[in-house]
Amino acid sequence: MVYLTRKAEFSASHYYHNPQLTAEENARIFGKCNNPNGHGHNYTLEVTVKGNVDPRSGFVVDLKQLKDVLNREVLHAMDHRFLNKEVPEFLTQIPTTENIAIAVWQRLAPKLKQAQLHRVRVYETPDLFVDFYGEP
Amino acid sequence: MRAHLTRRYMFSASHRLHSDNMSDAENAATYGKCNNPYGHGHNYVLEVTVSGPVNDQTGMVCNLMDLDGFVQHEILDHFDHQNLNTLQEFAKSVPTTENLCIAIYDILQRGFRHAHLEKVRFEETMMNSFEYAGGRELRT
Repeated sequence: MVYLTRKAEFSASHYYHNPQLTAEENARIFGKCNNPNGHGHNYTLEVTVKGNVDPRSGFVVDLKQLKDVLNREVLHAMDHRFLNKEVPEFLTQIPTTENIAIAVWQRLAPKLKQAQLHRVRVYETPDLFVDFYGEP
Repeated sequence: MRAHLTRRYMFSASHRLHSDNMSDAENAATYGKCNNPYGHGHNYVLEVTVSGPVNDQTGMVCNLMDLDGFVQHEILDHFDHQNLNTLQEFAKSVPTTENLCIAIYDILQRGFRHAHLEKVRFEETMMNSFEYAGGRELRT
């Protein structure tokens, strides 16, 4: 089994707000992230897949295919977007780093054919990242 | 859905690697320059990884304000700009980064209640790093 990781970057804005909570609760829980005008980050994404090395190609996965899927399913949808308003998952969920990692996983997992998705890591800043391994 | 969240912090501290159980010659041979009696310092990078179900109400494994607050009060305020050899955590052990990992893990394990502690990772310099998961194997 060999693990392969592909990195990508995207920039997007978001804010944290739960309409089921009062304005005071939202402000207390989410602090500055609750500003409804949004704020932004340069996100770094690391997608790790695993599989056996194909004896003919020497690949775990065709990187070009992985890159194409990543571009089509994730970057096209999230890069330079206001996540709360433009990405369907985040019309109903708060676009925290945790939920972004889960959304990326759910977008990629059904589209990857050769290799198995192992981990999605999303850096919101260099000092904060979330790992999602597809665990229920 | 269960996710892992990692936060990076930094603090600066000095230490000297020296064991009372060894002769001066053994200390010098074991610790080399790190045995300098006057000590030396590092900018330590500390990574704390916690895990848990992503809360439906908040979208979070744990609120960063809780994690940052705990680490600030219980770890950074205690260790930053200190000589590690003078702290009670190292009264009986050598302040190697291995032992520092274990000491910090224990502080988090004892006191942090907002998510499950997965591991602690330290970069002593850009060239070496240490990880401790309470004795468990590390996850890839």
